[in-house]
Amino acid sequence: MGDDSPRRPRSVLGRLVDRHGRLLIILPPLVFLLVFFLIPFAFALKISFAEAALRIPPFTDSWHVSADHRVHLSLSVSNYKYLLTDEVYVVSYLYSLKTAFFSTLLCLLIGYPMAYAMARASKATQGILMLVIILPFWTSFLLRVYALEGIIRDNGLLNTALLWLGVIHHPLKLMRTTAAVYLGIVYSYLPFMVLPLYATLEKLDVTLLEAASDLGSRPWRAFVDVTLPLSMPGVIAGSMLVFIPAIGEYVIPALLGGPDNLMIGRVLWDEFFANHDWPVAAAVSIAFLVVLAGPLAINQYYRVRELEQ
Amino acid sequence: MTMEGRSSPLLISVLCLGIAFLYVPMVVLIGYSFNASAMASVWGGFSTAWYGELLHNAQILKAAALSLEVAAAASTGALALGTLAAIALVRFGRFRGRLLLTGMVNAPLVMPEIITGITQLLLFVSMLQLVGWPSRGMTTIILSHVAFCTAYVTITVQSRLQTADRSLEEAAMDLGASPLAAFLDITLPIIAPALISSWLLSFTLSLDDLVISSFVSGPRSSTLPMVIYSKVKLGVSPDINALASLIICAVGACVLLAGYLVRRAERERLLDAQLAGR
Repeated sequence: MGDDSPRRPRSVLGRLVDRHGRLLIILPPLVFLLVFFLIPFAFALKISFAEAALRIPPFTDSWHVSADHRVHLSLSVSNYKYLLTDEVYVVSYLYSLKTAFFSTLLCLLIGYPMAYAMARASKATQGILMLVIILPFWTSFLLRVYALEGIIRDNGLLNTALLWLGVIHHPLKLMRTTAAVYLGIVYSYLPFMVLPLYATLEKLDVTLLEAASDLGSRPWRAFVDVTLPLSMPGVIAGSMLVFIPAIGEYVIPALLGGPDNLMIGRVLWDEFFANHDWPVAAAVSIAFLVVLAGPLAINQYYRVRELEQ
Repeated sequence: MTMEGRSSPLLISVLCLGIAFLYVPMVVLIGYSFNASAMASVWGGFSTAWYGELLHNAQILKAAALSLEVAAAASTGALALGTLAAIALVRFGRFRGRLLLTGMVNAPLVMPEIITGITQLLLFVSMLQLVGWPSRGMTTIILSHVAFCTAYVTITVQSRLQTADRSLEEAAMDLGASPLAAFLDITLPIIAPALISSWLLSFTLSLDDLVISSFVSGPRSSTLPMVIYSKVKLGVSPDINALASLIICAVGACVLLAGYLVRRAERERLLDAQLAGR
């Protein structure tokens, strides 16, 4: 843009925007997110070094000024020691990783053929199918988990139907089991897997498949050698969209899981609301963040750089 | 060339089963909501009594009102901040704080909600101690919702801005329009669809949030998902069936309408492009 272009006289707002335009645009989101997203982690870090106390808020001050005007710092690493000595945190974190991994795999196994079939449908059908897959994505997550409960509980639709058909003679125990947690995660996150897969498969150049078959490739080989590698971006994007929220999932294990399904999100929730131990909860958050978000941030950084190039 | 045209019965049946898996629970829930019996296992005849009961449940009505207010405020705030962030990231090239801003608009998308909730609560509690604001309640819920919704708005608007044709805006400025006027007259109409869809997305995300709200809300401010969760945790509740059916149908209708409008706009755009090409 040429700064020497002819300009009309303009309003105060216009002049303000011209002079400080960039700052006026950059600063509001930057400052807001800094204060309400990033700085909270600093407070969590500070409070993770405090100790639980019977007061409001329920933790000790990290510093105080004594009568002789000296500042006393009291930082305690006992919360972090506690995380390592009480095995529930490490165990539940590993259990969350395992659950997230296998539910991502299940979503991939179910979602891939679905996305593949969608990509092969006619253009008009594709539009309708897109809407059909997106609709649950917009529908309340909590209500969908509750709806699933209506199917799998002891007197739910599934058991009623199976009993009526004579397939089983006693209701299947599904609620409050590991199977229910997997079912819940797959049910909730399947659209997140299907959509990115569909987006890459839909753009796939079918002439490559034709070339493979002209050169004597069987359909299955052509799929493994051509389609699958080309759809890897979708596989990765979909898997991340399922895996990451599944690790920290709270609602599904709390509503559908049993006492054994101790996922880290649930442990964290209980630490906070049942035990009222805020400093330990803060320490768990920070530790969780370090083991989870460290690698994520690096991944994000390289992805952004790749995009910008 | 696309993959269109070929399909095997096996693939089609997997697709149909997958879609059935997604929809059967919701359809069954709507069915249950018309069950006269409060027992989930017994069909006591068709009844709309639970819907009537809903209208007299003060707790649910109050929570619904709070949730709608929060969602409207949070999505509007997020729309403003997210659009500004998107403009900065797409149009300003390199600037100080760019990496920080990029990180902060992407991080909420991958951050477990429970961690966002805990850290924000710790912030609000500490702020209240230090500066006497904000006390926990509607304000804190709105602030934390704005933070995560801003991320979704930025991503959506960013991708639309990237594809928008910059030369029109430059032409307007060459003809004497100020950057602000060029933006308002030229760019804003182009990105309007993205603004509308990101506002709607923020609205639904805010309306649906349970985890973050549970942490940052105060004792007398329960949002609708919080009330639903506390009831659902105790087992089946027929009035929640009715409420859930209403929400599912309302969202379904909105999504179908939006889908129809987008497809119509797309068709018109293609037609325009064809006419312009001839």
